[in-house]
Amino acid sequence: MSSAIAAQDIHKHFGPVPANAGASVSVQAGEIHAVVGENGAGKSTLMRILSGMYAPDEGSVQVNGRDVTGWSTREAIEAGVGMVHQHFMLVPTLTVAENVVLGHEPKKGIRLDRATAVQKVNEIAARSRLSVPAEKLVSELTVGEAQRVEIVKTLYRGARILILDEPTAVLSPPEVQDLWQVLRQLRADGGTIVVITHKLDEVMEISDRVTVMRQGRTVTTVNTRETSPAELARAMVGRDVALPARGGGGGGGVGDVALALRGVRVKKRDGTIALDGINLELRRGEILGIAGVEGNGQTELIEVIAGLLQVSGGDLKLFGQTLEGDARSRFDAGIAHVPEDRHYRGLLLEYTVEDNLILGLQHLFTNNGLLRRNAIHQNAVEKVKDFDIRPPRTEGTAGTLSGGNQQKIVIARELTREHSVLLAAQPTRGVDVGAIEAIHTRLRAERAAGKAVLLVSADLNEILALSDRIAVLFRGRIAATLSRDEADQERLGAYMTGAASVGSA
Amino acid sequence: MASPAHTSNWRGRVDETLLPVIIALLSALVIGDVLILSFGQSPADVYKLLIEGSWGNAWGFGQVLFKTTTLIFTGLAVALGLRAGVFNIGAESQLAAGGFMAALIGIMLPAATPALIAILICMLAAMIGGGAVGAVPGVLKARFGAHEVIVTIMMNFVVLALLNYIVATHLHEPETLRTPDVNAGQVWRLSDFWESFHGSAANGVLLIGVVLAALVWFFLFRTRAGFELRAVGLQPAAAEYGGIHVGRVWFTTLTLSGAIAGLGGINYVLGYKGYYEEGFAGGAGFLGIAVALVGRNHPMGVVLAALLFATLSQGGLAIHALVPKDIVDVLQAAVIIAMAVSVPEVRRLLRQRGGRA
Repeated sequence: MSSAIAAQDIHKHFGPVPANAGASVSVQAGEIHAVVGENGAGKSTLMRILSGMYAPDEGSVQVNGRDVTGWSTREAIEAGVGMVHQHFMLVPTLTVAENVVLGHEPKKGIRLDRATAVQKVNEIAARSRLSVPAEKLVSELTVGEAQRVEIVKTLYRGARILILDEPTAVLSPPEVQDLWQVLRQLRADGGTIVVITHKLDEVMEISDRVTVMRQGRTVTTVNTRETSPAELARAMVGRDVALPARGGGGGGGVGDVALALRGVRVKKRDGTIALDGINLELRRGEILGIAGVEGNGQTELIEVIAGLLQVSGGDLKLFGQTLEGDARSRFDAGIAHVPEDRHYRGLLLEYTVEDNLILGLQHLFTNNGLLRRNAIHQNAVEKVKDFDIRPPRTEGTAGTLSGGNQQKIVIARELTREHSVLLAAQPTRGVDVGAIEAIHTRLRAERAAGKAVLLVSADLNEILALSDRIAVLFRGRIAATLSRDEADQERLGAYMTGAASVGSA
Repeated sequence: MASPAHTSNWRGRVDETLLPVIIALLSALVIGDVLILSFGQSPADVYKLLIEGSWGNAWGFGQVLFKTTTLIFTGLAVALGLRAGVFNIGAESQLAAGGFMAALIGIMLPAATPALIAILICMLAAMIGGGAVGAVPGVLKARFGAHEVIVTIMMNFVVLALLNYIVATHLHEPETLRTPDVNAGQVWRLSDFWESFHGSAANGVLLIGVVLAALVWFFLFRTRAGFELRAVGLQPAAAEYGGIHVGRVWFTTLTLSGAIAGLGGINYVLGYKGYYEEGFAGGAGFLGIAVALVGRNHPMGVVLAALLFATLSQGGLAIHALVPKDIVDVLQAAVIIAMAVSVPEVRRLLRQRGGRA
């Protein structure tokens, strides 16, 4: 058996933290190989070692049987190994074609040969059935398009071994399907593909073989056909896990209206309409799911309720009281908010865990303008224990924690805040299986405690697993509101893409 | 195989904080060596002269302390701004405005005013002067999003020219470009207590500067306002989420930063000359940027960095016998450039300018 790319017994430390401690993987030519593991299991580190971004402390890397340990990204690219990162590395003010050829430009004299660049991009795109608009500006692309551009860029540089880091994290269900088509086409052309993910259904759907990582080690490599999601989950976490069940929470005791939106309109900073007459009622004891392809107003919906954006029309009422003012007054009114992007809004990565646990609560931990450090520390010790934040050091900076544990900080802070309404935007994005389970349990407990929960998620499975009712956002309007029984992937998908519409409900 | 030794957390932090500084200083030293050699002199001789001229005798050391004092104020002013993510380039004119106000009030006070009261009144005046100059870019940034770097640079030209105009037309002593002497509020010189400092300008304002550094530290790390200020500097979107008014923090920080720089003006006016004159700030405001960078925006670091730059500046006068004293300017520039490329705060500041992709 020839392995296209392989790593043996890799060890890699970042300061005191071991990211890889004995990781081995062997990817055969012409296969789609999934690497799964919880956040912080060392998947990305291992892949970055394969692609030359990091050199391992110990262990070796081979490509087509040649020892290339400690090579550079440039050498990796020359050997045909390319990586598509989770965060895109594109220049927004350049066109797609310009981005693709950046660094290896076809030239006419000293000038960029634009026509050849566009032609080459179109060739590559056609060959691998990637549709990319070669002459559009990158800033105008959707997330799915930007990802395809990243893939084209890697192929343009001659990659035959493609490593993708969590490629589906930002995609809608139809875009995920498109991506699978592309990957299958690349495999058919003899390419080798490594996909990092923590979503087990994706592993089952796309991969030929799968390597499971846990705590920096590779636990096992199996043929996908011979395994099951439950078996993989057990290998990832090291114990049995309850996978998210289908089905909402059932009837339960749904109470009176907590939050009501009437004709809410919101303009973006550039003047375009983000929300166009939203009517919505959220009741105590229910989880209302908001489905939709990203960028259809979900962000603005959450932020206008949280006081981070102001309405340009309509009104918001909390238990009959009109909501006004800034973020702090919304917190004080009883709205807890798990923001969609913990790095942008939810956390200060360079603040300690204990300081992050009082963000937005700092006025409660102050005496005559002075921070009450003892109370802040005590608060953190409790939260770290109750929410199982690891490692349990309250004085380390939040940036040193894994994504899942960072999210636990946000969840811990928001769920223990005094509140009647919870805004949960992408509560499990970039979070590992074990933590997803814990967060879903917390959200169900919120409903059981009579809180009103507004859940926004790009993951339809999550929406379907938790919600009692589901509203679909499309172009700033509510395309449909369905009860859990009426909703399934296909119906929601139709409303999400604008193929169907029933107006507001 | 044994894994690499685990460094404890504080060790890592110290490394991360001090390494860029050490690297910057070493690279400046190498550049200095090359320059000195190019003049046909021995670096060892020149550095020996530099140390002798600054720390080697009481007078020189007194001058170092005097220069340190002003730099502590301007360094703290810039560092406070950077902690909130705003780059105050205007310490030069804020320092001058503070010095001018202190002199103006000192002239108007009756000569019989008790020293302590006169000093306090002049300090307040200096802070108001500098604070007013800092408030302008503060308002413009908070209300209209005007970039504070542009506004503070422009304010330097406007304010310095305005002060020169006032002094030249209305307030000058005959045949000079300086104000009359203050009537009250002179601060004690070090030479009042130690005879060997005789003739040097070192004075009690140094103590005020060190106390102020401690206060700034306490404000940043122990008060809610400091918590919110640093949050705005690290990630404005997260601060906004946390119920903090980002614009308001920018405004108060720039005003406070200006007031701190302005307060530094009393070192010259009350501690040394007793009057305000044209060309008064003499670049100490701009050097405050370097002091803040090398001090990593930490009040304690600012004090040490101020001492370093004051030493270079004073020692530069001594080495003039062997090499042009401008070598010191080159050294300072080399330190600044090396810091600017190696310090994460600066890189983050530059990155945030682009906004969110």
